[in-house]
Amino acid sequence: MLLLVAFGVLSAVALVSGVMVITRRNAVHSVIWLIVALFAVGGIFLLQHAEFLFAVQIILYVGGIMVLFLFVVMLVNLDVALKQAQFSRQWQLGLFTAVLVFAQLAYVIYKIGSGMSLPAQPAGPAPAHNTQAIGQALYQTYMLPVEIASLLLLVAMVGAVIMAKRKFE
Amino acid sequence: MIPTSYYILLGSGLFTIGVIGVLTRRNVLVILMSIELILNAVNINLVALSQYFHSVDGQVFAIFVITDAAAEAAVGLGLIIALFRNKETVNADEIDLLKW
Repeated sequence: MLLLVAFGVLSAVALVSGVMVITRRNAVHSVIWLIVALFAVGGIFLLQHAEFLFAVQIILYVGGIMVLFLFVVMLVNLDVALKQAQFSRQWQLGLFTAVLVFAQLAYVIYKIGSGMSLPAQPAGPAPAHNTQAIGQALYQTYMLPVEIASLLLLVAMVGAVIMAKRKFE
Repeated sequence: MIPTSYYILLGSGLFTIGVIGVLTRRNVLVILMSIELILNAVNINLVALSQYFHSVDGQVFAIFVITDAAAEAAVGLGLIIALFRNKETVNADEIDLLKW
């Protein structure tokens, strides 16, 4: 019961701040609301006993990526964009399409929720030590993907430096 | 115990909000933030199903998704800075050099 209340509060915070992110006029406000949404999603990870992912969410997303976003929002002069229209011309069509997609998703999830097509849950308890289990999976089963991810980060770093350089020569 | 379908429903709701942001906003920065919302929705689904199947594989994939989000944010924000330097705008519909 307590878990359900916590889930309701966290998901309400996530959804409301998500809506705030896409409706605010000022991009700085959008970043702040996105941070609130990310905290709520981190709380949902904690609710599912994914403690390591909760820490990664706070440290990497809120501490890293969002600071990067704030830097760029402050760097880019938004005074002109503030006075212009915030939504594109075909916004009704976009809204309609997205709501249609959500209706389809909700229908399928309702079908699964009433016990039709999700495979049976394996017996036995969940792994007790979350961080240890993730560490073993990362460095044993998923060693090659980890290396590929590190290469991806290197490429992204070089790409970001080249993109933001003053002049191409 | 909260049913797994609740988590997946929350994930699809957050995904829809992100898609609406990508499709309707003009500001490129807000579009990038909407993509972050979409990636978070994916992570909620991955974690919910990894808990359902008593396996950490989904959480490992969520970590890879976060890595991708970091790479995408770095390159995307670099592009926005380069774009703003050249065209003095952050509106997606004014970036039409490839249009004829």
